[in-house]
Amino acid sequence: MATDTETHGQHVTPLKIYLGVGAALFVLTVITVAVSYIDLGPFNLVVAMGIATVKAALVALVFMHLYYDDKLYLTIFIMALLMLSLFIVITLFDTLRRGDLYEEAASPLRQEALIYQQDTTETGAHTTEDSTADTTGTAVHDTTRDTTQETGQETPAGSSH
Amino acid sequence: MTEPSGRPAHLAHHFSDTEQQRESAKLGMWIFLLTEILLFGGLFAFYVFYRAWNPDIFYNAHVHLNTTLGAVNTIVLITSSVTVALAIRSMQLGKRRKTITFLATTVALAGVFLIIKYFEYSHKFHLGQLPGQYYSYAGIEGTNPHIFFSVYFTMTGLHALHVIGGMVVIGWMLYRTIRNDFSAEYYTPIENAGLYWHLVDVIWIYLFPLLYLIG
Repeated sequence: MATDTETHGQHVTPLKIYLGVGAALFVLTVITVAVSYIDLGPFNLVVAMGIATVKAALVALVFMHLYYDDKLYLTIFIMALLMLSLFIVITLFDTLRRGDLYEEAASPLRQEALIYQQDTTETGAHTTEDSTADTTGTAVHDTTRDTTQETGQETPAGSSH
Repeated sequence: MTEPSGRPAHLAHHFSDTEQQRESAKLGMWIFLLTEILLFGGLFAFYVFYRAWNPDIFYNAHVHLNTTLGAVNTIVLITSSVTVALAIRSMQLGKRRKTITFLATTVALAGVFLIIKYFEYSHKFHLGQLPGQYYSYAGIEGTNPHIFFSVYFTMTGLHALHVIGGMVVIGWMLYRTIRNDFSAEYYTPIENAGLYWHLVDVIWIYLFPLLYLIG
Protein backbone atom coordinates (compact mmCIF):
# COMPACT_ATOMS: atom_id res chain seq x y z
CA MET A 1 0.00 0.00 0.00
CA ALA A 2 2.80 2.36 0.88
CA THR A 3 4.34 1.93 -2.56
CA ASP A 4 0.92 2.51 -4.11
CA THR A 5 0.80 5.98 -2.58
CA GLU A 6 4.24 6.71 -3.95
CA THR A 7 3.48 5.71 -7.53
CA HIS A 8 -0.02 7.21 -7.69
CA GLY A 9 0.98 10.32 -5.72
CA GLN A 10 -1.94 12.59 -6.64
CA HIS A 11 -1.14 16.27 -6.80
CA VAL A 12 -1.80 17.89 -3.45
CA THR A 13 -2.48 21.59 -3.98
CA PRO A 14 -0.70 23.75 -1.39
CA LEU A 15 -3.00 25.24 1.23
CA LYS A 16 -1.79 28.73 0.32
CA ILE A 17 -3.10 28.35 -3.25
CA TYR A 18 -6.59 27.28 -2.11
CA LEU A 19 -6.84 30.12 0.39
CA GLY A 20 -5.38 32.61 -2.10
CA VAL A 21 -7.89 31.63 -4.78
CA GLY A 22 -10.71 31.82 -2.22
CA ALA A 23 -9.60 35.35 -1.26
CA ALA A 24 -9.35 36.34 -4.94
CA LEU A 25 -12.93 35.09 -5.49
CA PHE A 26 -14.16 37.20 -2.54
CA VAL A 27 -12.39 40.31 -3.87
CA LEU A 28 -13.76 39.76 -7.39
CA THR A 29 -17.29 39.37 -5.98
CA VAL A 30 -16.97 42.70 -4.17
CA ILE A 31 -15.56 44.35 -7.32
CA THR A 32 -18.37 43.06 -9.55
CA VAL A 33 -21.02 44.37 -7.11
CA ALA A 34 -19.25 47.74 -6.86
CA VAL A 35 -18.91 48.10 -10.64
CA SER A 36 -22.64 47.40 -11.10
CA TYR A 37 -23.38 50.73 -9.35
CA ILE A 38 -21.29 52.67 -11.90
CA ASP A 39 -23.01 53.35 -15.22
CA LEU A 40 -20.71 52.18 -18.01
CA GLY A 41 -23.48 51.73 -20.58
CA PRO A 42 -23.09 48.47 -22.48
CA PHE A 43 -19.73 47.86 -20.82
CA ASN A 44 -21.44 46.97 -17.53
CA LEU A 45 -22.43 43.63 -19.06
CA VAL A 46 -18.93 43.12 -20.54
CA VAL A 47 -17.21 43.84 -17.21
CA ALA A 48 -19.66 41.68 -15.21
CA MET A 49 -19.25 38.74 -17.61
CA GLY A 50 -15.48 39.22 -17.72
CA ILE A 51 -15.20 39.09 -13.93
CA ALA A 52 -17.58 36.09 -13.77
CA THR A 53 -15.43 34.27 -16.34
CA VAL A 54 -12.22 34.96 -14.38
CA LYS A 55 -13.94 33.63 -11.23
CA ALA A 56 -15.28 30.55 -13.06
CA ALA A 57 -11.82 29.91 -14.55
CA LEU A 58 -10.19 30.11 -11.10
CA VAL A 59 -12.71 27.61 -9.69
CA ALA A 60 -12.36 25.28 -12.68
CA LEU A 61 -8.56 25.38 -12.94
CA VAL A 62 -7.66 25.28 -9.23
CA PHE A 63 -10.59 23.88 -7.24
CA MET A 64 -11.64 21.43 -9.96
CA HIS A 65 -7.96 20.61 -10.54
CA LEU A 66 -8.17 21.08 -14.31
CA TYR A 67 -4.80 22.85 -14.31
CA TYR A 68 -3.05 19.91 -12.61
CA ASP A 69 -5.00 16.95 -14.01
CA ASP A 70 -4.87 15.12 -17.31
CA LYS A 71 -5.86 17.68 -19.98
CA LEU A 72 -8.57 15.28 -21.20
CA TYR A 73 -10.88 16.66 -18.48
CA LEU A 74 -10.11 20.24 -19.48
CA THR A 75 -10.91 19.29 -23.09
CA ILE A 76 -14.31 17.87 -22.07
CA PHE A 77 -15.09 21.04 -20.10
CA ILE A 78 -14.12 23.32 -23.00
CA MET A 79 -16.08 21.16 -25.46
CA ALA A 80 -19.18 21.64 -23.32
CA LEU A 81 -18.69 25.41 -23.32
CA LEU A 82 -18.08 25.45 -27.09
CA MET A 83 -21.23 23.43 -27.77
CA LEU A 84 -23.20 25.75 -25.52
CA SER A 85 -21.93 28.89 -27.25
CA LEU A 86 -22.65 27.37 -30.69
CA PHE A 87 -26.16 26.54 -29.52
CA ILE A 88 -26.78 30.09 -28.28
CA VAL A 89 -25.08 31.98 -31.13
CA ILE A 90 -26.74 30.01 -33.93
CA THR A 91 -30.17 30.38 -32.30
CA LEU A 92 -29.52 34.13 -31.93
CA PHE A 93 -29.27 34.35 -35.74
CA ASP A 94 -32.95 33.42 -35.70
CA THR A 95 -34.24 35.19 -32.59
CA LEU A 96 -32.55 38.53 -33.32
CA ARG A 97 -33.84 38.69 -36.93
CA ARG A 98 -37.45 37.62 -36.39
CA GLY A 99 -38.67 41.22 -36.33
CA ASP A 100 -37.32 41.71 -39.84
CA LEU A 101 -39.35 38.75 -41.02
CA TYR A 102 -42.59 40.28 -39.70
CA GLU A 103 -41.76 43.56 -41.43
CA GLU A 104 -41.15 41.78 -44.72
CA ALA A 105 -44.44 39.93 -44.44
CA ALA A 106 -46.21 43.23 -43.94
CA SER A 107 -44.51 44.99 -46.87
CA PRO A 108 -43.84 42.83 -49.95
CA LEU A 109 -40.25 42.85 -51.20
CA ARG A 110 -41.37 43.44 -54.80
CA GLN A 111 -44.46 45.60 -54.77
CA GLU A 112 -44.72 45.41 -58.56
CA ALA A 113 -44.79 41.58 -58.55
CA LEU A 114 -47.64 40.08 -60.57
CA ILE A 115 -49.18 38.39 -57.55
CA TYR A 116 -49.83 41.71 -55.81
CA GLN A 117 -51.12 43.36 -59.01
CA GLN A 118 -53.79 40.68 -59.32
CA ASP A 119 -54.89 41.31 -55.72
CA THR A 120 -56.25 44.73 -56.55
CA THR A 121 -57.75 43.96 -59.97
CA GLU A 122 -59.39 40.55 -59.81
CA THR A 123 -60.37 38.70 -56.63
CA GLY A 124 -61.59 35.50 -58.29
CA ALA A 125 -58.38 33.50 -58.83
CA HIS A 126 -57.91 30.73 -56.27
CA THR A 127 -54.17 30.99 -55.83
CA THR A 128 -54.29 34.73 -55.32
CA GLU A 129 -57.04 34.43 -52.76
CA ASP A 130 -55.05 31.87 -50.81
CA SER A 131 -51.95 34.02 -50.69
CA THR A 132 -53.93 37.11 -49.67
CA ALA A 133 -55.64 35.16 -46.95
CA ASP A 134 -52.24 34.00 -45.77
CA THR A 135 -50.64 37.39 -45.56
CA THR A 136 -53.62 39.16 -44.05
CA GLY A 137 -54.06 36.19 -41.75
CA THR A 138 -50.58 36.59 -40.31
CA ALA A 139 -50.96 40.35 -40.19
CA VAL A 140 -54.21 40.09 -38.25
CA HIS A 141 -52.70 37.47 -36.00
CA ASP A 142 -49.78 39.80 -35.31
CA THR A 143 -51.89 42.76 -34.37
CA THR A 144 -54.08 40.69 -32.05
CA ARG A 145 -50.94 39.42 -30.36
CA ASP A 146 -49.66 42.98 -29.97
CA THR A 147 -52.92 44.26 -28.53
CA THR A 148 -53.19 41.42 -26.04
CA GLN A 149 -49.68 42.25 -24.88
CA GLU A 150 -50.63 45.89 -24.71
CA THR A 151 -53.76 45.28 -22.64
CA GLY A 152 -51.89 42.74 -20.54
CA GLN A 153 -49.51 45.53 -19.63
CA GLU A 154 -52.22 48.09 -19.11
CA THR A 155 -54.30 46.13 -16.62
CA PRO A 156 -51.72 45.84 -13.80
CA ALA A 157 -50.40 49.34 -14.45
CA GLY A 158 -53.92 50.75 -14.33
CA SER A 159 -54.79 48.99 -11.09
CA SER A 160 -51.73 50.48 -9.41
CA HIS A 161 -52.90 54.03 -9.87
CA MET B 1 -8.27 -2.76 3.71
CA THR B 2 -6.40 -5.39 1.69
CA GLU B 3 -8.03 -8.59 0.52
CA PRO B 4 -6.17 -11.93 0.53
CA SER B 5 -5.40 -11.47 -3.17
CA GLY B 6 -3.38 -8.35 -2.36
CA ARG B 7 -5.92 -6.07 -4.03
CA PRO B 8 -7.13 -3.12 -1.98
CA ALA B 9 -10.76 -3.47 -0.86
CA HIS B 10 -11.88 -0.34 -2.72
CA LEU B 11 -10.61 -1.62 -6.10
CA ALA B 12 -13.42 -3.06 -8.23
CA HIS B 13 -12.55 -6.37 -9.89
CA HIS B 14 -12.74 -4.98 -13.45
CA PHE B 15 -9.97 -2.43 -12.90
CA SER B 16 -6.32 -3.35 -12.95
CA ASP B 17 -5.23 -0.76 -10.42
CA THR B 18 -6.42 2.17 -8.28
CA GLU B 19 -5.18 4.74 -10.74
CA GLN B 20 -7.15 3.25 -13.64
CA GLN B 21 -10.26 3.11 -11.48
CA ARG B 22 -9.79 6.71 -10.41
CA GLU B 23 -9.29 7.96 -13.98
CA SER B 24 -12.37 6.10 -15.22
CA ALA B 25 -14.52 7.48 -12.42
CA LYS B 26 -13.30 11.01 -13.06
CA LEU B 27 -13.87 10.72 -16.82
CA GLY B 28 -17.44 9.58 -16.13
CA MET B 29 -17.93 12.48 -13.73
CA TRP B 30 -16.70 15.01 -16.26
CA ILE B 31 -19.02 13.65 -18.93
CA PHE B 32 -21.87 13.99 -16.43
CA LEU B 33 -20.78 17.59 -15.73
CA LEU B 34 -20.83 18.21 -19.49
CA THR B 35 -24.48 17.17 -19.59
CA GLU B 36 -25.12 19.45 -16.60
CA ILE B 37 -23.59 22.39 -18.46
CA LEU B 38 -25.86 21.67 -21.41
CA LEU B 39 -28.89 21.33 -19.10
CA PHE B 40 -28.26 24.75 -17.60
CA GLY B 41 -27.22 25.93 -21.08
CA GLY B 42 -30.82 25.67 -22.24
CA LEU B 43 -31.81 28.08 -19.47
CA PHE B 44 -28.90 30.42 -20.20
CA ALA B 45 -30.13 30.47 -23.80
CA PHE B 46 -33.65 31.23 -22.51
CA TYR B 47 -32.11 34.16 -20.61
CA VAL B 48 -30.13 35.46 -23.59
CA PHE B 49 -33.04 35.38 -26.06
CA TYR B 50 -35.61 36.95 -23.74
CA ARG B 51 -33.19 39.60 -22.51
CA ALA B 52 -32.37 40.47 -26.14
CA TRP B 53 -36.11 40.82 -26.85
CA ASN B 54 -37.01 42.68 -23.63
CA PRO B 55 -33.97 44.65 -22.39
CA ASP B 56 -36.12 47.20 -20.53
CA ILE B 57 -38.16 44.60 -18.63
CA PHE B 58 -35.00 42.90 -17.47
CA TYR B 59 -33.59 46.20 -16.27
CA ASN B 60 -36.79 47.39 -14.56
CA ALA B 61 -37.50 44.04 -12.92
CA HIS B 62 -33.98 43.18 -11.70
CA VAL B 63 -34.10 46.24 -9.41
CA HIS B 64 -36.58 44.24 -7.31
CA LEU B 65 -34.01 41.55 -6.51
CA ASN B 66 -32.06 41.98 -3.28
CA THR B 67 -28.43 42.47 -4.37
CA THR B 68 -27.15 42.22 -0.79
CA LEU B 69 -28.71 38.77 -0.27
CA GLY B 70 -27.43 37.68 -3.69
CA ALA B 71 -23.90 38.85 -2.87
CA VAL B 72 -23.99 37.17 0.56
CA ASN B 73 -25.11 33.94 -1.12
CA THR B 74 -22.23 34.24 -3.61
CA ILE B 75 -19.77 34.54 -0.72
CA VAL B 76 -21.43 31.60 1.08
CA LEU B 77 -21.19 29.39 -2.00
CA ILE B 78 -17.57 30.36 -2.72
CA THR B 79 -16.65 29.60 0.90
CA SER B 80 -18.32 26.21 0.59
CA SER B 81 -16.25 25.55 -2.55
CA VAL B 82 -13.09 26.33 -0.57
CA THR B 83 -14.14 24.02 2.29
CA VAL B 84 -14.93 21.10 -0.03
CA ALA B 85 -11.55 21.59 -1.76
CA LEU B 86 -9.87 21.59 1.67
CA ALA B 87 -11.83 18.44 2.64
CA ILE B 88 -10.36 16.61 -0.35
CA ARG B 89 -6.90 17.99 0.37
CA SER B 90 -7.11 16.78 3.98
CA MET B 91 -8.05 13.29 2.81
CA GLN B 92 -5.14 13.29 0.36
CA LEU B 93 -2.92 13.93 3.37
CA GLY B 94 -4.75 11.26 5.38
CA LYS B 95 -6.25 13.72 7.88
CA ARG B 96 -9.66 12.10 8.25
CA ARG B 97 -10.87 14.26 11.14
CA LYS B 98 -10.22 17.48 9.21
CA THR B 99 -12.07 16.02 6.20
CA ILE B 100 -15.08 15.37 8.42
CA THR B 101 -14.99 18.97 9.72
CA PHE B 102 -14.68 20.48 6.25
CA LEU B 103 -17.43 18.30 4.74
CA ALA B 104 -19.78 19.16 7.61
CA THR B 105 -18.99 22.87 7.10
CA THR B 106 -19.78 22.52 3.39
CA VAL B 107 -23.17 20.95 4.10
CA ALA B 108 -23.89 23.69 6.64
CA LEU B 109 -22.97 26.44 4.17
CA ALA B 110 -25.21 24.84 1.53
CA GLY B 111 -27.96 25.01 4.14
CA VAL B 112 -27.26 28.71 4.76
CA PHE B 113 -27.48 29.32 0.99
CA LEU B 114 -30.90 27.63 0.86
CA ILE B 115 -32.20 29.51 3.91
CA ILE B 116 -31.26 32.86 2.32
CA LYS B 117 -32.84 31.69 -0.95
CA TYR B 118 -35.99 30.76 0.99
CA PHE B 119 -36.28 34.30 2.37
CA GLU B 120 -35.80 35.77 -1.12
CA TYR B 121 -38.40 33.43 -2.62
CA SER B 122 -41.02 33.94 0.10
CA HIS B 123 -40.68 37.72 -0.24
CA LYS B 124 -41.37 37.43 -3.98
CA PHE B 125 -44.26 35.02 -3.41
CA HIS B 126 -45.73 37.52 -0.97
CA LEU B 127 -45.49 40.39 -3.50
CA GLY B 128 -46.77 38.29 -6.41
CA GLN B 129 -43.52 38.65 -8.37
CA LEU B 130 -44.09 35.23 -9.89
CA PRO B 131 -43.65 33.65 -13.33
CA GLY B 132 -46.21 33.76 -16.11
CA GLN B 133 -49.91 33.75 -15.22
CA TYR B 134 -49.21 33.82 -11.46
CA TYR B 135 -47.65 37.26 -11.73
CA SER B 136 -49.73 39.84 -9.86
CA TYR B 137 -47.26 42.56 -8.88
CA ALA B 138 -48.10 46.03 -10.20
CA GLY B 139 -44.96 48.07 -9.52
CA ILE B 140 -42.84 47.36 -12.61
CA GLU B 141 -43.07 49.44 -15.77
CA GLY B 142 -43.05 47.84 -19.21
CA THR B 143 -44.85 45.07 -21.09
CA ASN B 144 -44.89 41.61 -19.52
CA PRO B 145 -42.51 42.01 -16.56
CA HIS B 146 -43.42 38.45 -15.55
CA ILE B 147 -40.95 37.25 -18.20
CA PHE B 148 -38.05 38.28 -15.98
CA PHE B 149 -39.47 36.33 -13.05
CA SER B 150 -40.01 33.26 -15.24
CA VAL B 151 -36.30 33.40 -16.07
CA TYR B 152 -35.36 34.16 -12.46
CA PHE B 153 -37.37 31.32 -10.93
CA THR B 154 -36.46 28.64 -13.47
CA MET B 155 -32.74 29.43 -13.32
CA THR B 156 -32.38 29.89 -9.55
CA GLY B 157 -34.91 27.10 -8.96
CA LEU B 158 -32.96 24.52 -10.96
CA HIS B 159 -29.79 25.78 -9.26
CA ALA B 160 -31.39 25.44 -5.82
CA LEU B 161 -32.40 21.85 -6.68
CA HIS B 162 -28.75 21.21 -7.48
CA VAL B 163 -27.73 22.72 -4.13
CA ILE B 164 -30.16 20.34 -2.41
CA GLY B 165 -28.71 17.46 -4.44
CA GLY B 166 -25.22 18.59 -3.47
CA MET B 167 -26.16 18.60 0.22
CA VAL B 168 -27.40 15.01 -0.10
CA VAL B 169 -24.27 13.86 -1.95
CA ILE B 170 -21.81 15.66 0.34
CA GLY B 171 -23.79 14.50 3.38
CA TRP B 172 -23.42 10.95 2.08
CA MET B 173 -19.66 11.50 1.64
CA LEU B 174 -19.55 12.81 5.22
CA TYR B 175 -21.25 9.62 6.41
CA ARG B 176 -18.85 7.44 4.42
CA THR B 177 -15.85 9.35 5.76
CA ILE B 178 -17.10 8.82 9.31
CA ARG B 179 -17.63 5.12 8.42
CA ASN B 180 -13.92 5.07 7.46
CA ASP B 181 -14.44 4.19 3.78
CA PHE B 182 -11.73 6.56 2.57
CA SER B 183 -8.00 6.94 2.95
CA ALA B 184 -5.12 8.83 1.37
CA GLU B 185 -5.07 6.07 -1.29
CA TYR B 186 -8.77 6.11 -2.07
CA TYR B 187 -10.96 9.21 -1.95
CA THR B 188 -12.36 9.33 -5.53
CA PRO B 189 -16.03 9.61 -4.45
CA ILE B 190 -15.28 12.74 -2.37
CA GLU B 191 -13.27 14.15 -5.28
CA ASN B 192 -16.18 13.63 -7.70
CA ALA B 193 -18.71 15.04 -5.24
CA GLY B 194 -16.38 18.05 -4.97
CA LEU B 195 -16.30 18.45 -8.77
CA TYR B 196 -20.12 18.52 -8.80
CA TRP B 197 -20.19 21.05 -5.97
CA HIS B 198 -17.69 23.32 -7.76
CA LEU B 199 -19.83 23.23 -10.91
CA VAL B 200 -22.86 24.32 -8.89
CA ASP B 201 -20.66 27.19 -7.64
CA VAL B 202 -19.53 28.10 -11.18
CA ILE B 203 -23.16 28.25 -12.35
CA TRP B 204 -24.06 30.57 -9.47
CA ILE B 205 -21.02 32.75 -10.31
CA TYR B 206 -22.77 33.44 -13.65
CA LEU B 207 -26.32 33.60 -12.31
CA PHE B 208 -25.48 36.26 -9.75
CA PRO B 209 -24.34 39.05 -12.15
CA LEU B 210 -26.81 38.01 -14.88
CA LEU B 211 -29.85 38.29 -12.60
CA TYR B 212 -28.89 40.69 -9.79
CA LEU B 213 -26.40 43.07 -11.40
CA ILE B 214 -27.90 44.04 -14.76
CA GLY B 215 -26.18 47.30 -15.63
